[in-house]
Amino acid sequence: MESYTTQFGSLKSYQKGGVQVIADRVENYAFSNVFEICSSARPYERVVFGLNQIYVLEAVRAEGHSPWFLCAHDEFVLCMDGAARIDLVEVDVPRLPEDKLGAVSLPNPPEGTPMGWIRIQRGHQALLPSQCAYRFDSATPSVLVIQTCKGDLSVERWAEICQRTGAAEEAEGGR
Amino acid sequence: MSVAPVVSEETGALGANRFGYQKFALGSFSFERDEYFAHIAWSHGTHTMDVGDFLRALMRDVAWGFFYGYVHFDSVFGTCNHYGTVDVFAGTYNSNYKRAGVDELQNHPTDRVGATFVAMIEDWTNEGFDPFAAPMETGSPYGPNRGSNLEAVRRARSTATRCVGLDGDAPLRTDGSGYPVNRAFADVDQSEPEVHAEPGFEDRVHAFNLFAYLSRSDVTWNPSFTSVVKHSFMCPTTEEHILPIVHGNDRVEWFFQLSDEIHWDISTRDTAEPRSRVIMKPGDMAAMPADCRHQGFAPKRAMLLVWENGSPKIVDEISSGQAPVNPVDF
Repeated sequence: MESYTTQFGSLKSYQKGGVQVIADRVENYAFSNVFEICSSARPYERVVFGLNQIYVLEAVRAEGHSPWFLCAHDEFVLCMDGAARIDLVEVDVPRLPEDKLGAVSLPNPPEGTPMGWIRIQRGHQALLPSQCAYRFDSATPSVLVIQTCKGDLSVERWAEICQRTGAAEEAEGGR
Repeated sequence: MSVAPVVSEETGALGANRFGYQKFALGSFSFERDEYFAHIAWSHGTHTMDVGDFLRALMRDVAWGFFYGYVHFDSVFGTCNHYGTVDVFAGTYNSNYKRAGVDELQNHPTDRVGATFVAMIEDWTNEGFDPFAAPMETGSPYGPNRGSNLEAVRRARSTATRCVGLDGDAPLRTDGSGYPVNRAFADVDQSEPEVHAEPGFEDRVHAFNLFAYLSRSDVTWNPSFTSVVKHSFMCPTTEEHILPIVHGNDRVEWFFQLSDEIHWDISTRDTAEPRSRVIMKPGDMAAMPADCRHQGFAPKRAMLLVWENGSPKIVDEISSGQAPVNPVDF
């Protein structure tokens, strides 16, 4: 029976595909790679690499302790490389307005009730429930993708992260 | 003396032909299959498709509830979802058919088209053929009518309302629930996250292994919903061989390549002129503009995260020009 090897990427080893333009603008595809983005991102910077009206997917380099974050709506985090611990706290204050989009960072550790913790690694996805503070901790550089709405912490730098020429850039990366 | 066929008002079934397959009518369209082909006819044209290709496309159209926008079975025949009604067309988005005036488009209530298409997929799919499966994982679609495969064609798409694995939401896939790890993902780590919930928070401290969940998918090219933020839908799927339809967008969607590799052919939505090819490898992200059609090719079973915006306003916003067809301007 044929055996297969599933190919995943990582900060240490990834290959980019690319857009091969025939009659088009390469920018229409906003083509990027999450490992390339996170290889140069600052820890816990939330780099938007998918945008659909109010919704975003954010690429996050997890390294060390993150700030405490809070969001009025659910968010989800998917680990694409490495591992991270997530601590969750049901906050007494502050609660965010229900229509506030995206996460905010808290200046101080939240006051409230510890809800528990989760350890995720590559392929694992976790719920970051609405109105609950959370913090990431990762001993080694890791890659997270957050499903959320565009908010105060969302960083857009499309010209830096996206393919800009029409021929495919079959780049390789990693250390 | 010939006897007029009795038409089922619900499904449009006209009775079986000499190969044992029902013929169907839907407005001015008629559908018939023989041992190798599906034959489609309308008032001023006819069309023929390999029946395996036709059934794989029909299966997606049925399972997705006509999906977002356009489902092209091939360069001639397809459907367009108006979310309450469905266009059934032949040649409408093919410039030469349009120029020759042999195209046809009819709009019907969704339930009406659905009833015909469901009856067709159930009657035309033989025992041993699974139109959802990769070609190497199923039998032949050809030959005269020989039974059915209702278990396969009646699969319900898994659609979480908040997150897979939460109480009351879409369940995880396990050996016990009939979802063994697929042969192409035998090496995918099946470990579950460590979840330590304090008493009373068990329903909100939640995580699962998405890659393991996908490794156990028994279908190809069939996105499910695994997590939902307002109208932001994570729709991951496993892809192998060719996307059996060409999908024409009515909104922007995004593809995030989780594993392995998929090649996409991108064309103009309404006239099918080639625009680009997009080669996607693990970690790659690409938008599919709202004015394109696309078809994917996966040499090895791959995990793809299709990310959708399910806002009920988005189609009108894009078609009226209030929202752009490209998601980002830079």
